[in-house]
Amino acid sequence: MGMNRRKFLKIAGTSTLASAVKPAADALAGEKLGFTIPETLLHLFHKPTGFTPGEALTAKRWAMVVNVKNCPEGCKACTEVCHKVHNVPDAAKMESPRHEIKWIWHAKYDHVFPGQKHKHIEEALKKIPFVVLCNHCENPACVRVCPTKATFKRKDDGVVLMDMHRCIGCRFCMAACPFGARSFNWVDPRRFIKEEEQNREFPTRMKGVVEKCNFCAERLAKGQIPACVETCREATKKKGKEPALVFGDLEDPDSEVRQLLRSHYSLRRKPELGTNPNVYYIV
Amino acid sequence: MLEKAFLGERKYWIWLACLLGIMGLGFIMWLWQFRVGLGITGMSRDVSWGFYIGQFTYLVGVAAAGVMVVLPYYLHHYKAFGRITILAEFMAVGAVSMCLLFILVDLGNPVRALNVLLHPTPNSVLFWDMIVLNGYLFLNIFIGWNVLTAERKGAPPPNWIKPFIYISIPWAISIHTVTAYLYAGLPGRHFWLTAIMAPRFLASAFCAGPAILILLCLIVRKTTKFDPGKEQIQTLGSIVTYALILNVFFFVCELFTVFYSQIPGHMDHFHYLFFGHEGHGNLISLMWLAFVLMTAAIILLVIPACRRNEGILTVACVLTAIGTWIDKGFGLVVGGFVPNPLHEITEYWPTVPEALITLAVWSTGFLIITVLYKVATSVKEEVGGV
Repeated sequence: MGMNRRKFLKIAGTSTLASAVKPAADALAGEKLGFTIPETLLHLFHKPTGFTPGEALTAKRWAMVVNVKNCPEGCKACTEVCHKVHNVPDAAKMESPRHEIKWIWHAKYDHVFPGQKHKHIEEALKKIPFVVLCNHCENPACVRVCPTKATFKRKDDGVVLMDMHRCIGCRFCMAACPFGARSFNWVDPRRFIKEEEQNREFPTRMKGVVEKCNFCAERLAKGQIPACVETCREATKKKGKEPALVFGDLEDPDSEVRQLLRSHYSLRRKPELGTNPNVYYIV
Repeated sequence: MLEKAFLGERKYWIWLACLLGIMGLGFIMWLWQFRVGLGITGMSRDVSWGFYIGQFTYLVGVAAAGVMVVLPYYLHHYKAFGRITILAEFMAVGAVSMCLLFILVDLGNPVRALNVLLHPTPNSVLFWDMIVLNGYLFLNIFIGWNVLTAERKGAPPPNWIKPFIYISIPWAISIHTVTAYLYAGLPGRHFWLTAIMAPRFLASAFCAGPAILILLCLIVRKTTKFDPGKEQIQTLGSIVTYALILNVFFFVCELFTVFYSQIPGHMDHFHYLFFGHEGHGNLISLMWLAFVLMTAAIILLVIPACRRNEGILTVACVLTAIGTWIDKGFGLVVGGFVPNPLHEITEYWPTVPEALITLAVWSTGFLIITVLYKVATSVKEEVGGV
């Protein structure tokens, strides 16, 4: 394979840069210098196949707002679609609950905001399941501890990503994440995904690597919003509600996320730890 | 010199065969783990480090025996320790080898281990731990072997080896400090997020290491014609006493901060370990046992008449080794993960294959120590004219 996942993601992020330097790269590739740049380096400057720069959704800092009260009762649409499009095995099919992998799931208020729990909390909040996922922190502890840079924060838009081909499986990132957002492939996950149910657009993983929510970087590159957000829009619309998951550019004052944050009181998980999460909760 | 390792009595070979047998069994288990994944262990999404990393953490401490002998000898000219520096250094070699093996068996993708070198990442403490552990392993093999070679020739160690010896002293401190930093800098893990972690690591290292060295010295005396010496063992006993008391004292400091401040996130881990949390308490009896053993060891060690009695000293060293092993090799690692960041509880207990792989790594370490000790004691016997 000419290009691995990491390069693809980098290119997706630096698409504008890529198109700008392309003429220069073409010139370099010529005989003018008396030597040729190796193919592996050169293709970094070329447009990757299956990706058109103009199509991609770009932002300075992607963020999500979870408007928890819009979450329809019993709805698990976001989890289901995310795990389906990302080939996350169904925990119920696995031999042990210990091996569960989850990118986005629901937890009780007491567990999402353990420092804020008390007996007399609003009745509604006690019942509502809160959507939890990777916070794509501005100052991510997982990235700081990774000994191989297999997990990294994309400079362009702040998304915290994983290079599954580089991860050695030391699980230091899992110890470092204060939000329990990371999962490890304790066994081969492919055994639990039926061939016909597999999403061919997204790679399956091997055993022994860590994974987590990637803010649908692969979809952003194609101009699509994250799968959970898209599905949530449809699911909440059916119930006549506003979407519970909203996605947008935190640096853009006119974005939907900024508008929501401007007009509502919002919470973040464990802000005192200084990781600066990019997932906000409106309760 | 290595040829000495091949000239042994029947008992020596039987011991090696036993170790090799366990190693073989563990290796088969590891092949299974390599094929199926770390899912054959008791670890989970919530308790993502277990027995392997616990052993690694404990054994980094055991390697400390090296510096506890080298420092008094080279910096304070405490001559008596000259007789056993080689034993301490070779024990460190075995301990650090086990550390590296435990990290290797814990990796999800051991074939990619060299990624740590291919993509060096100085902001990761694991990168530095790799450097200090490998460095310490090299220093101890290099120094030990050269000093022993000189001794065999009846010459003093060459002068150029001195700088390496002096470097090895702070280097030994670094392996405990850096290993403690693996834990002590993680924002969401209140059990580990404490500045006393590195001092605690040093204290537990300086008692567990010399305690095990005393036991090894006694075995050497029994099985070879080389006597490590009564005074040497007694001095090591004093070191164990001080370090063990410090270890428990540091733990009490931690308890004070946690329970006087009454911050729930900090208390929950201690509750889980010692009293059980929300009906979960797999480790309660083990944790209490650890502190009973360490307290009993302190009582035996502080009474001079008891400490001077080698039989009682042996018992105290066994108590110290087991007590610190439970505390550091089990409770410290698992306790940090329970409850998890969402304050949910998933318990951990090692599986049989996991225990067998662990046992095999220990056997590998003991094989290394046995062979190196065989060489060292043979040279000592030869020089001593016995």
